[in-house]
Amino acid sequence: MTTNLIDIQNADVIMATSNMAENHPVGFQFVMKAKERGAKLIHVDPRFTRTSAAADMHLPLRSGTNIAFFGGLIKYAIDNNLYFKDYVVHYTNASFLIDPEFKTATDLAGLFEGFDEAKRAYDQKSWKYQLDTEGNPKRDLTLRDPQSVFQLMRRQYNRYTVEMVERVCGIPKEKFIAAATLFCGASGPEKTGTITYALNLTQHTNGVENIRALCMLQLLLGNVGRPGGGVVALRGHANVQGATDLAVLYQDLPGYHPTPLRDAHPDLKTYLEKTTPKSGFVVNRPKWVVSMLKAWYGDKATRENDYGFDWIPKRAAADAYSQQHIFVDMYNGKIKGFFAIGQNPAVGGSNTRVVREALHKLDWLVVQDIFLTETAEVWKAPASSSRAAVNPKDVKTEVFFLPAAPAAEKDGTLTNTMRLIQWHDKAVDPPGDVRSDAEHIYQLGRRLKTLYAGSKAKRDQGLLALTWDYGDKHPSILKVLVEMNGIALEELKDKDGKVLYKKGDPLRTFADLRDDGTTASGIWIYTGVTVADAEGKIVNRAAGRKKADDKDYLAHGWGWSWPANRRILYNRAAAAPDGRPWSEKKKFLWWDPEAPSNVPDKKGRWVGLDVPDFNAFLAPDAKGGDNPYIMRADGKGAFFGPLLDGPFPEHYEPMESPVKNLLSKTQNNPTAKLWKVGEKRNELAGVGSTEYPYVITTYRLTEHHLSGVMSRNLPLLAELFESHFAELSHELARELGIENGERVTVMTPRGKIHVKAMVTRRLKPFTIDGKTVHQIGVPWHWGYNGVPALPGSKGDITNDLSANVGDPNVFIQESKAFLCNVKKGVV
Amino acid sequence: MARTLAMFTDTSLCIGCRACQVACKQWNELGMEVPQWTGTYQNQPHFTDQTYRLVRFVEEARPTGELAWLLMSDVCKHCVQAGCLEACPTGAIYRTQYGTVDLNQEACNGCRYCVSSCPFGVVAFDKGPGTAKKCTFCNDRIQNGLGPACAKACPTDSIQFGFREDLVAKAQKRVEALKGMGVRDAQLYGADPRGFLGGLNAFFLLLSKPSTYNLPDSPKLPQRNVVADSLLSIGSGVLVGLGALLAFRGRGQGGGDA
Repeated sequence: MTTNLIDIQNADVIMATSNMAENHPVGFQFVMKAKERGAKLIHVDPRFTRTSAAADMHLPLRSGTNIAFFGGLIKYAIDNNLYFKDYVVHYTNASFLIDPEFKTATDLAGLFEGFDEAKRAYDQKSWKYQLDTEGNPKRDLTLRDPQSVFQLMRRQYNRYTVEMVERVCGIPKEKFIAAATLFCGASGPEKTGTITYALNLTQHTNGVENIRALCMLQLLLGNVGRPGGGVVALRGHANVQGATDLAVLYQDLPGYHPTPLRDAHPDLKTYLEKTTPKSGFVVNRPKWVVSMLKAWYGDKATRENDYGFDWIPKRAAADAYSQQHIFVDMYNGKIKGFFAIGQNPAVGGSNTRVVREALHKLDWLVVQDIFLTETAEVWKAPASSSRAAVNPKDVKTEVFFLPAAPAAEKDGTLTNTMRLIQWHDKAVDPPGDVRSDAEHIYQLGRRLKTLYAGSKAKRDQGLLALTWDYGDKHPSILKVLVEMNGIALEELKDKDGKVLYKKGDPLRTFADLRDDGTTASGIWIYTGVTVADAEGKIVNRAAGRKKADDKDYLAHGWGWSWPANRRILYNRAAAAPDGRPWSEKKKFLWWDPEAPSNVPDKKGRWVGLDVPDFNAFLAPDAKGGDNPYIMRADGKGAFFGPLLDGPFPEHYEPMESPVKNLLSKTQNNPTAKLWKVGEKRNELAGVGSTEYPYVITTYRLTEHHLSGVMSRNLPLLAELFESHFAELSHELARELGIENGERVTVMTPRGKIHVKAMVTRRLKPFTIDGKTVHQIGVPWHWGYNGVPALPGSKGDITNDLSANVGDPNVFIQESKAFLCNVKKGVV
Repeated sequence: MARTLAMFTDTSLCIGCRACQVACKQWNELGMEVPQWTGTYQNQPHFTDQTYRLVRFVEEARPTGELAWLLMSDVCKHCVQAGCLEACPTGAIYRTQYGTVDLNQEACNGCRYCVSSCPFGVVAFDKGPGTAKKCTFCNDRIQNGLGPACAKACPTDSIQFGFREDLVAKAQKRVEALKGMGVRDAQLYGADPRGFLGGLNAFFLLLSKPSTYNLPDSPKLPQRNVVADSLLSIGSGVLVGLGALLAFRGRGQGGGDA
């Protein structure tokens, strides 16, 4: 999230588009605090959930129509003059002029200029700024030029009327207008609003554009970088943020550098040229990447060998390696071995019947987890509604299970959704053969290095060159953290010759990272988490536990948040272009012209309630002094922001939809990824299918965790729900003759499950363009393992129903909106 | 006499997460139970000998047509006039110096008078040891300066713990604030010492009338009926006895045909 959970209490209005109360209950206390201060809570969700119970307003939205909703709000804010004009003019690219060839999806029946039908991809040549003779983007600060981003955005969303929102999303017009007035009205210098999102926006074939639409709305209302504002991306517990920071995602290196492509990036120089912009803070990328390579390969990384760039794995293609790609490849026999570390794809993947069959095709499988998961026991899975029991004799895979330690049995850090890194000490030793993940991986690395010692094969050199000396048996996690932070590899001096660091000192800031091999840092955004005190002793700032007080409501002494312990990103935008706060009420960061600067003959610095997310000494009226979005080349927030599926979000129906797209002739995201899997193993229901007429969404409950490994195996959690269930409206239940508590069958072209029906008023049928569309909801926590004495702790696997379709930018699956049928009884 | 402790459960802050329910079971080392299907997220229809904190889920259709989902963490009310305490023949149920109602397992003889004397159906019988079970207000914790496990676990501070007068004052302010925000049906349940049962030391802020939550609107102690019921029973007995005497009066004197 760009902001901070604690700061949510400063919002004047909160729009929760995700089910925050249920999935982020501890963070939700700050929503409650905001409410106590008079803030209003709007909840947008197809179901009425425990978040809706706390909300002032619940807007029921048909799953898969988020862009129609946000587009409607963008149009509403513009039409009713509710946007924050000064912020928009100065801090975003609204005033920038776009190439005259560019056309919006309003003009081209749902497509943007440049769509190549044969390639099913966009040629983005018109998706760029008009430049003046000096190469700077042309701007119209009045926002009136028809080719200005602002007017193009207006044109893009002129189809997204309140009537259209009603017809497409199923939100009654009056409700939408009330919510829009409330949310968009809480903007300007004196008010801020915040929006939360989670997988409600991400798990769609237009997932990334969903998030873009939310960001655009927040920029339009001038909410980003200000107290009580921001974009609240709610990441998973407890360490999803930490995991993605450290490159658990296939397309990133630690600190979010693109994983190199084999053909496009044959060497370090080309890689850095292609991935480093000419302006903005990311001009420093070479320093971060070289320092990362030095952390990995130590002395073996030299200027001569490109710092070991050749040794890191390269992607053969961009359209590969995601979670869905992996299992389709595995199903097709292309993958021989697999490590599932704290991962349970047998339950948590997409189209999971295929996933489980794919796992049977491996030569070997290593599962490293706290309990015997469904993935660990996929070789003897019992019968389910979708298939017969697996006969172990039919499975040739050699399966290893490494019992892993949970959090309390190991030292380490967790990085939560507000980028806060918190160190935790081990409370008890793991029992018996249980080992921490770090120890497993560390020992594996050591043994592999021994096994391959002396090898001359090119592909083994990287492994042999890895610095791998964190301890004897169990690695010192603090040592790892210090390496991630970064250290000076030799004495470092500043440009005046003053010694900044002795050799071996931990670095204080990523500003001190260099691209000449004299610094090492595993992940540049964490630089500063471990520093040295006056005696040279390591201070682990992630272990700090200084509570918030009146002077520091954001608690800068509690843990350490990346980057540089900033709690609210883009906080330059909390002040007007002249450097003064937008208002007394929303004071957060401002320019103090009298404060001492960093050079003797100058004055002035940014001061306030947080570490400036800006050059602390750059005056507001200096060049670049009004560019809060420092990570973008032009320093401005982007309304016009090219992605593979467009520079503006456009509503497309989910790949399985009950209705035709009312916004344009283009039914689905034309660049979405669709896999062909085996013999009809990934069939999709047609538009308006009568065989699969109901919309289905999948989701989580507070009481269970992900695929249920850490909840359905614990008796006191496993007993909280009597069994796996689906939520249905009374109207649908009546139509199908289903009683509350009866077993029903939910089926899709991929699979079927048997669950109990929970008939509830909290789901209601939608009216979509005058037609009744039913939607059901099914949590996905259940699988075939669980507490033996609680039969209800085991159940069919919901993801057997989902399909292999993906967002074109990141290939995330569409588990939030697809089609199903429901039948009474066990069919 | 120490100051009275209380728990104030403000359902307007409850998100129904069940942390309280689980924390209670974990602290008190209560056993796993097979849950029951209630048609909602609630996993037991009533308090049991292994469930002392129970989160209830009530869907209420409001007159405006809007839906309300009332989330309420229910618990033993630690009544100022406690039916279970008055019924207990062995003194196993007693009032602590803090005003809370504890149940001494060693002194319990399993008679179950307490089970039928609670107007809220809180007390349950544990067949294993053959004793009654209920929330002890975490007596082992409060005797050591800690608050109850449920209050500690609650992420939104919906369950608050402290001295009764302080909490009541806070609760009254809270009701006023909610009413000011348009929550017309916000009301306290058990805060008033002049109200039913002398007040509850575990009292609530509800968002609808008590019967919506299946709570009694004006609970009474069954013992309050003892005098009247006893007199009625004795009186009926006397009437039956007199009636019998009158009916059989003639028999001994050989009335009728011989």
